[in-house]
Amino acid sequence: MGIIIDQNKCSGCGLCVKSCPFDVIQIKSRKDENKLHPRYKNIAVILEGCTLCGACVEACPVDAITVTREKKEPAATIKDYKGIWVFAEQQDSVVQEVALELLGKARDLAGKLSAEVTAVLLGDKVAKEADRLIHHGADRVILVEDPVLKDFLDEPYADVLCHLVGEYKPEIILMGATTIGRAFASRVAARIHTGLTADCTDLDIDPQSKILLQTRPAFGGNIMATIHTEHHRPQMSTVRHKVFKPLEEDKSRKGDVVKVAYPGKIVSRSRIIDIIKDKTQQVNLTDADIIVSGGRGLGKPENFELIREFAEVLGAAVGASRAAVDANWISYSHQVGQTGRTVAPKIYFAIGISGAIQHQVGMRSSDVIIAVNKDPHAPIFDIANYGIVGDLFQVVPELIKQLKK
Amino acid sequence: MKIVVCIKQVPDTTEVKINPETNTLVREGVESIINPFDMYAIEEGLRIKERLNGEVVALCMGPPQAEAALKEALSLGCDGAVLLTDRSFAGADTLATAYTLSRGIKSIKDVDLIICGKQAIDGDTAQVGPGIAEMLDLPCITYVGKVEEIDDKHIKAYRMMEGGYNVIEASVPCLITVVKEINEPRLPSLRGKMNAMKAQITKWSAADIACEVDRIGQMGSPTWVRKIFAPPKREKGMIFKGEPPDTVGGLLSALKDKGVL
Amino acid sequence: MINYGFTEQQIMIRDLARQIAQEKVVPVRAELDEKGEFPREIVKLLADSDLFRVFIPEEYGGLGGGALDLCIVTEELSKACAGVAVSYAASALGTLPLALFGSDEQKKKYMPDIASGKKLAAFGLTEPNAGSDAGGIETTARKDGSEYVLNGNKIFITNGGEAEIYTVIAMTNRGKGARGASAFIVDKGTKGFDFGKEENKMGIRASATRELIFDECRIPADNLIGREGMGFIVAMRTFDNSRPGIGAQAVGIAQGALDEAVRYATQRVQFGQPVSSFQAIRHMIADMATKIEAARTLVYYAARLVDSGAKNMSKFSAMAKLFSSDMAMEVTTNAVQIFGGYGYMREYPAEKYMRDAKITQIYEGTNQVQRDVIGLEVIKESKRNSR
Repeated sequence: MGIIIDQNKCSGCGLCVKSCPFDVIQIKSRKDENKLHPRYKNIAVILEGCTLCGACVEACPVDAITVTREKKEPAATIKDYKGIWVFAEQQDSVVQEVALELLGKARDLAGKLSAEVTAVLLGDKVAKEADRLIHHGADRVILVEDPVLKDFLDEPYADVLCHLVGEYKPEIILMGATTIGRAFASRVAARIHTGLTADCTDLDIDPQSKILLQTRPAFGGNIMATIHTEHHRPQMSTVRHKVFKPLEEDKSRKGDVVKVAYPGKIVSRSRIIDIIKDKTQQVNLTDADIIVSGGRGLGKPENFELIREFAEVLGAAVGASRAAVDANWISYSHQVGQTGRTVAPKIYFAIGISGAIQHQVGMRSSDVIIAVNKDPHAPIFDIANYGIVGDLFQVVPELIKQLKK
Repeated sequence: MKIVVCIKQVPDTTEVKINPETNTLVREGVESIINPFDMYAIEEGLRIKERLNGEVVALCMGPPQAEAALKEALSLGCDGAVLLTDRSFAGADTLATAYTLSRGIKSIKDVDLIICGKQAIDGDTAQVGPGIAEMLDLPCITYVGKVEEIDDKHIKAYRMMEGGYNVIEASVPCLITVVKEINEPRLPSLRGKMNAMKAQITKWSAADIACEVDRIGQMGSPTWVRKIFAPPKREKGMIFKGEPPDTVGGLLSALKDKGVL
Repeated sequence: MINYGFTEQQIMIRDLARQIAQEKVVPVRAELDEKGEFPREIVKLLADSDLFRVFIPEEYGGLGGGALDLCIVTEELSKACAGVAVSYAASALGTLPLALFGSDEQKKKYMPDIASGKKLAAFGLTEPNAGSDAGGIETTARKDGSEYVLNGNKIFITNGGEAEIYTVIAMTNRGKGARGASAFIVDKGTKGFDFGKEENKMGIRASATRELIFDECRIPADNLIGREGMGFIVAMRTFDNSRPGIGAQAVGIAQGALDEAVRYATQRVQFGQPVSSFQAIRHMIADMATKIEAARTLVYYAARLVDSGAKNMSKFSAMAKLFSSDMAMEVTTNAVQIFGGYGYMREYPAEKYMRDAKITQIYEGTNQVQRDVIGLEVIKESKRNSR
């Protein structure tokens, strides 16, 4: 295993034991372990189950713990991989906002790598979207059109992208951390055997090694981890909505559109029979700049109307706590939290939500959190930037009234 | 129908805290649980088995302590349980995990349906399920909110999207990952718990499932955690108390001042 | 965690009952209480989890446990909602006459369905003019060939209308007084067997409490439990076995109230600190916790005596019921007090515990009757010893 405790340094203080997310470090007597030390009686021992996450390395006050990797010689082919690709996710033949956000970030990264930005657009009759991608920062658009590619299906999409990767050898591939992006990226990474980091909230380039640094929350947002892929290419990430801003559309930007034909017939063992739109939601949760969420404090399903009305005034999406969903007041697609969706809008209103940790996990990276709750000790106030202590049935109508003014 | 449900034992992340002084994870006293999404996977496996007959095998990769998670799966009604456990699995990222689980499924043999939870709450990647499908060359439907039809030839399921559902038909064998909406997991029964207590859990090492050494654990993991740090702390919020016209007025003018609204 | 000398199986029972109580009962208890609605879905969950099996012998589809196992489940359910707990425990109460005095045929016929939770049982003793005075029963059972014909009314019957199987005490010979009573099994749906009004209660509102009406109700003579004239003994032995269960209910109610009160006291801030940091509150909490523990010990002890088959355990059963129920009334009242003004409001859980606690001082023999039982027994023992 790649984790070593320096027996000359370890003081047996036990801070690593507390830090271990997997509970696989124990403090044992040095005598029993046959590792005597003139000053320290005890020593930390790593048990089975260590995932080499590195939490203990950070915790150790005497730098006694190191996590090492077997040094692999970088494959000679790595330097053949060049350029940054952005998967231009489309639904209903319209490129999704998250793809434009990624193009903006890709330009920034491309500057640090002196590389080109390529958008990969798969679909059926989607060529009209190519210009929009160029106007938002793509130097080149690789376009593959086929009726089978009309809507996302993981097998044919993976077949096509893996073929393109083999042909063009990109250094980095970015996708939105959407339903589609998460499934698609996983499949592609598994096939071409490379590293993939999910749901990144920050991306950067290491100035020395020029490796992509991917930062993401883990353990329900309790910690942040920076992850990289050293010896495999392309380096792949899925990226959370809303963390990067699209560039201003520049209609004067020029770029190439490369139409590629897939060699052979594109096949799929699955097919889409129907697409059902969620009619209860004007703005979908993950795209929304503002979300208004209601919880147990609403008391009954009818009172969600108040939340909807408030959301409408703000042009916001409607969210809900697990308590409200479990009570069947609103459908699961609205649930924000650990077992629902993770969101990070500019403004998040928590109305009548006490803010159990399971809820916080799903919304605490919102820019601004505003809570309305009658209980001044509700945990939601611990993370709220702004809060009103009061009866939501008085506060929300007042909010609506004053906002309409 | 032979169904494999992949489960993971995870620390209850809602209990994990950061020590504000040392900026490190406090894991003391945090329970290990079956990943919540995997509970829905188990339940869906059991429901499909009850409709179509067959068997449900729970599969888990983890340290020996993960046996507790498999016992819980057995107490809910799973027919078999397999633990993939080997020191060389340590440090696996999603790719190596998907590979190891796919080897386990190959060794279970003749599997028609694989069900995974949407994602694990400690990693939140949602990458292992589709990864397994790829390595076993199976079709895959992620984020399933409803299995409408299933038999030994095909499956029809609802995939939850950002703004609705895709209704997808795929050939069986295949893999699905499930979201909370799909069902309400049952509770264990006393007789189930008693049986689970006596039951033997099959344990397979890397050699037992014929893993290639450089595709498992740390060796088989292209990604590498370079740094772990605490997320930035939130500033203490501005809380308004009093009569609604004043509190609301106060809030809105504060938002305007800060340029939020 | 303290395990009170439980077996591995009993720990498993406790953990599962606790899981159901906390995950499934707590979220719905306020609504069940408000509407006075019988918790059918919860009862189904208890059945699916095998909890009705714990008090049934293995040969009839049970898990072979006894009074202690029953107390463990009842206590855990009562912590969440006593109305749910009593619906569960009343099925055990209705089964006891059968378990103690029933024939093998009767047990084979009825117990497996009770064990699986497919059918609930209920026990019918109380009448308008016969509560604590069981000798005053007016319901009659007249032998007519191979049948008995029942006439009369039973009131305040827990699980009335919801249960499928009723064990009922009726007079076969009125002239003999208490010795003229007999015990019978009556199936729901038997002609001449009907239900009266549903009671609107102060507490345990989730449970069903109804009148049983017998009007020329004919049942097979085979449904007689034991022999004619044993009815009073059946009833008394049934209560000897079941009273620790009432104690367990009371302990559960008190523990639930204390848990809520402590949680509140650590969160509620007055004069700049949580009220739990004030000695006045802290000492209340200490007394409540100590009394609960004393009652729990007595309940488990009485239940273990029952399970050991000890004779003359009436006194201990009565003590467990008496002490625990008085304790529960005191502890729940104090829990409301700790909650202060909020404690008086329906929105908070404290007042429900107080309403629920009251019944434990009343049913299965009022605490006045328990004192009589205990006092009489103690005096008898003294005479015996001085001889």
